[in-house]
Amino acid sequence: MRNLYAIYRKEMRHYFVSPIAYVCIGFFLLVSAYFFNFFLSAVIQQSFQMEMQSMQFGMPPQFDVPGQVMRAFLGLLSTLILFITPFLTMGVFAEERKRGTMELLMTSPISEIQIVLGKFLASLSLFALMLLPTASYVIYMYLHSDPIPPWRVLLAGYAGILLLGGSLLALGTFISSLTENQLIAAVLTFVAFLFLWVLDLGHTSEGGLGSVLQYLSASRHYDDFARGIIDTSGLIYYLSFMVLFVFLTVRSIDSMRWRRA
Amino acid sequence: MIEVQDLTKAYGAVTAVDHVSFTVNKGEILGFLGPNGAGKTTTMRILTGYMPATSGTAKIAGFDVFGDSMEVRRHIGYLPETPPVYPDMAVEDYLDFVARIKNVPAEKRAARVTEAMRKTNLEDRGAELIKRLSRGYKQRVGIAQALVHDPDVIILDEPTVGLDPKQIIEVRNLIKGLAGDHTIILSTHILPEVSMTCDRVVIINKGKIAAVDTPQNLTSQLKGGQKIRVEVQAPEKALRDALAQVPGTTRLEAEQLPAGGHLVAIVETAQGADIRSAIAAKIVQNGWPLFELRGVSLSLEEIFLELTTDDAAHAQASSN
Ligand SMILES: Nc1ncnc2c1ncn2[C@@H]1O[C@H](COP(=O)(O)OP(=O)(O)OP(=O)(O)O)[C@@H](O)[C@H]1O
Ligand SMILES: [Mg+2]
Repeated sequence: MRNLYAIYRKEMRHYFVSPIAYVCIGFFLLVSAYFFNFFLSAVIQQSFQMEMQSMQFGMPPQFDVPGQVMRAFLGLLSTLILFITPFLTMGVFAEERKRGTMELLMTSPISEIQIVLGKFLASLSLFALMLLPTASYVIYMYLHSDPIPPWRVLLAGYAGILLLGGSLLALGTFISSLTENQLIAAVLTFVAFLFLWVLDLGHTSEGGLGSVLQYLSASRHYDDFARGIIDTSGLIYYLSFMVLFVFLTVRSIDSMRWRRA
Repeated sequence: MIEVQDLTKAYGAVTAVDHVSFTVNKGEILGFLGPNGAGKTTTMRILTGYMPATSGTAKIAGFDVFGDSMEVRRHIGYLPETPPVYPDMAVEDYLDFVARIKNVPAEKRAARVTEAMRKTNLEDRGAELIKRLSRGYKQRVGIAQALVHDPDVIILDEPTVGLDPKQIIEVRNLIKGLAGDHTIILSTHILPEVSMTCDRVVIINKGKIAAVDTPQNLTSQLKGGQKIRVEVQAPEKALRDALAQVPGTTRLEAEQLPAGGHLVAIVETAQGADIRSAIAAKIVQNGWPLFELRGVSLSLEEIFLELTTDDAAHAQASSN
């Protein structure tokens, strides 16, 4: 446990001395703030139109502005992290291998699982830190809504994005353990993410395969969370995804000893 | 403390380490001497558990380096061929990190880090980022890293590479000072390095052990053959004939120097015979101007040639 913390601590420090973390966080906050603003004004405008229409036809106004904004915003966040997380994980192992520091880690009394978990938890913490400010936009909107929408929707949405992000980070960490080249790691990670995304297209095809693909798609489960539903099958999907790739990373760095042969 | 038995490592078709056996006693310094590609780094990587051997066994402090890797790793400090440093960390933070992953208890950590920096003369560089350090200083950080947890066994892959002459002497003294409490293996391709620091030397070439001995015995063996360099102004043919007549000459090479047109001859003799005066007499007798006459010590490469390719010379040397 102490060893795991040592790795975690080192990784966190590393993130904050490297420009990558700042560039990613800055870019993420800027783009997300811009789009939040954009969604909010677009949805409000739409709701005015709807209200006028419903007054003409004499129906009670039924338009959930915060819910609409939230859904659009969570959709945007999921797309953004698709582009950003590869940069957070590309160096996790590729850099250690290239610098030769893997030789220090692998000859220290510390297990592979401690190394991998320490690194994974660090990237997840950084991701959470990056996400945190965006919650303030949503909270601001909530506090200015009447009636205040259920907080459950906010919590489910952010739980969803954390789970999705964690899964992408675990996958990216694994890919980083396969190469010494950070750029290759980033590109491969991005390609793998896209692949996971489009699995959802199986949605349109008929029969068992379609539903299996749909289950495997990372974006599909995310939609439930974005609608405020904490879905157990989604929770299990993301958690097992993370466990699987953490495990595969452990196997991968363990097999490096043998691959040197 | 360290027992290596028939250790073999094959990379595909290349056998990097070929049935190597040796032991190191507690408190001893063992030098691993060999030319590039001899298998020094490979052997050390197996000993530290960085990679497995193809066959054979190695034990450190009674633990098998493969089967009991964790236990072995608790007992060793290791300086790899390239210092395993994080460029973005400050020296002190880096050593603190290493102390943590080497399980140094929290209350001892600061003292250990300070001690390691003191031993490697890094005291005034603690706050400096490693990427700003010169190569020699990085190497020192690498050495400090191998000492920080005060391990029983220290394995150093070419510890003096990249250091200036003053530092080399300091590091050698540091290593000598560590012996006794620590068991040390170091690798090098510098012959004087082993004779100055090590209790025993393993000479390895092409993955095979060519000799294991104390530096004293080894150097006396290697004094076997001798070479004499003669710079003289003379016709080449005549010089060759004249030198060939000197008793004790075993081999002769002559070469024209570009500037001044002098001739340089390298005369090899059998061991023990000092034929310098005989050569001088011969040259004077012919009336050629003599510019230089001196003994040339054998370079490491030549020693390897002697130890590995020339079996006759080897047999002769070791029977001595
Ligand atoms: N990862 C590897 N894959 C394939 N062959 C390798 C590998 N590492 C080393 N070798 C080969 O094994 C042999 C021994 O290499 P090693 O690095 O152990 O030598 P060394 O004695 O440390 O040399 P140097 O003095 O140059 O550091 C060399 O022929 C080398 O080419
Ligand atoms: Mg080497």
